[in-house]
Amino acid sequence: MNEAIIIEKGIFIVVIFAFTMLMAMYSTLAERKVAAWLQDRIGPNRAGPGGLLQPLADGLKLFSKEEFFPNTENKFLFVVGPAISMSTALMTSAVIPWGDKLHIFGRDIILQATDIDVAILYVFGVLSVGVYGIMIGGWASNNKFSLMSAMRAASQMISYEVAMGMSIIALVMMTQSLSLGEIAAGQPEWHWNVLYQPLGFIIFLVCSFAETNRTPFDLAECEAELIGGYHTEYSSMKMGFYLFAEYASMFISSTILAVLYFGAYNYPGMGWMQEHAGINIASAIGIAVLFAKLCFFIFFYMWVRWTVPRFRYDQLMRLGWKMLIPLSIANIVITGIVILIHDHKLIP
Amino acid sequence: MSIETISLSGRKKEVSNKKMTFMESLYLVAIVKGLFITIRHLFTRKVTIKFPEETRELSPVYRGQHMLMRDEEGRERCTACGLCALSCPAEAITMKAAERKPEEKHLYREEKYAAIYEINMLRCIFCGLCEEACPKDAVYLTKSRVMVKSNTNREDFIFGKDKLVMPLDMAISNTKKPQMAK
Repeated sequence: MNEAIIIEKGIFIVVIFAFTMLMAMYSTLAERKVAAWLQDRIGPNRAGPGGLLQPLADGLKLFSKEEFFPNTENKFLFVVGPAISMSTALMTSAVIPWGDKLHIFGRDIILQATDIDVAILYVFGVLSVGVYGIMIGGWASNNKFSLMSAMRAASQMISYEVAMGMSIIALVMMTQSLSLGEIAAGQPEWHWNVLYQPLGFIIFLVCSFAETNRTPFDLAECEAELIGGYHTEYSSMKMGFYLFAEYASMFISSTILAVLYFGAYNYPGMGWMQEHAGINIASAIGIAVLFAKLCFFIFFYMWVRWTVPRFRYDQLMRLGWKMLIPLSIANIVITGIVILIHDHKLIP
Repeated sequence: MSIETISLSGRKKEVSNKKMTFMESLYLVAIVKGLFITIRHLFTRKVTIKFPEETRELSPVYRGQHMLMRDEEGRERCTACGLCALSCPAEAITMKAAERKPEEKHLYREEKYAAIYEINMLRCIFCGLCEEACPKDAVYLTKSRVMVKSNTNREDFIFGKDKLVMPLDMAISNTKKPQMAK
């Protein structure tokens, strides 16, 4: 029995890893395509049908570039930076529930690598380690622009993590659980958390833009002021790792958005499907639904990128500390009051 | 009427530096408006021309590669007078004249013709002065409808009569036209 679970989890982890990589790869193409479409262009369409092989071509190009080391004392840290970025981006996927359970070979297979009780804390822990990837990379580059970019990234991530955590507290008060599996299961049919926590959702959404260093919060890599930001000195596959990590973390954070607020794999009529078509089919549709939701959020990330210009640094800090944190505290208070009223039936 | 209120163009706008309200400083409404503007562009017609497969339509007066014309009977019109070379501000045209032999009457219209006629496409500025100077209507820039292609070899940019003279199939269709009119 134990061996079976190791094999099952092993296969599942490999599949999720490959899938994350694939999504990150094709997010780079999707980004360019969406950018083009929003600007009345067509986008890359030379490599393969409709440009489908473009990510491979890009990867090949990055692989064949010269591996450049700047004149720095910290050659080890210089390599560690992108590695940390990449691994933290991938680690978060371990706790995400990708679907309801499947029933194959007489066993219930839970579509989640590991359902730990403190999944949300785990996600936040890994996210905050992610800033080290940028910090170390920027520091080890021995380049003042890289360092400035790393400082910006660090201060931005730290300030937005506060508001993000606060918005999650309100959600946790409601769901009474830190486990992503339980949170996902707690939003059956159309009872998605976004309907009960709209303000929390908006705060979380804004913060996840900041956490993934996406426009309008991409101050860490703004070309106009900082050349390339923290990856100015990077080339070849180390550069590729940074770029890839950005897209991988975008994919993961889209998934977390979908799981926390948009009902994960739940869809209206899921119970009916389970009764009439069987658990496996209902779960398969659930996986597809989760996929559709996270694709929407990935598109939303890109859509915002080509709409909203970058914030100035003081605007960014003001938005984080003076707008989002008070709002998220207000959200906690409101949630608390509503839960109290609901539990004690103060209003008939 | 004070000077501040006068607007000659009728488009004068007061610049307002009023402080943003709390809702405005959240930027949410403005961002949602912006999102709707960009999503509309997702469905508009794309302006890109996929070049090698599609080409931009040339205007009727587009000056491209030169063409040495033939007359209705398929004979070369050029008489190698050299006026085009003389008028060329970029000195791109050279030619060498030869006398027509009796058996070549069907090839050349005039008694003197251009045995060698070369245009250096790297020098040519496509101004069309050769076309204007030509007394025999022999050189045209608007007839070939092709652009001079890029190349990696400088020598290949010197176009001789093999590339410049009107191709035979075009000449044949040209000769048929007046006959059909008859």
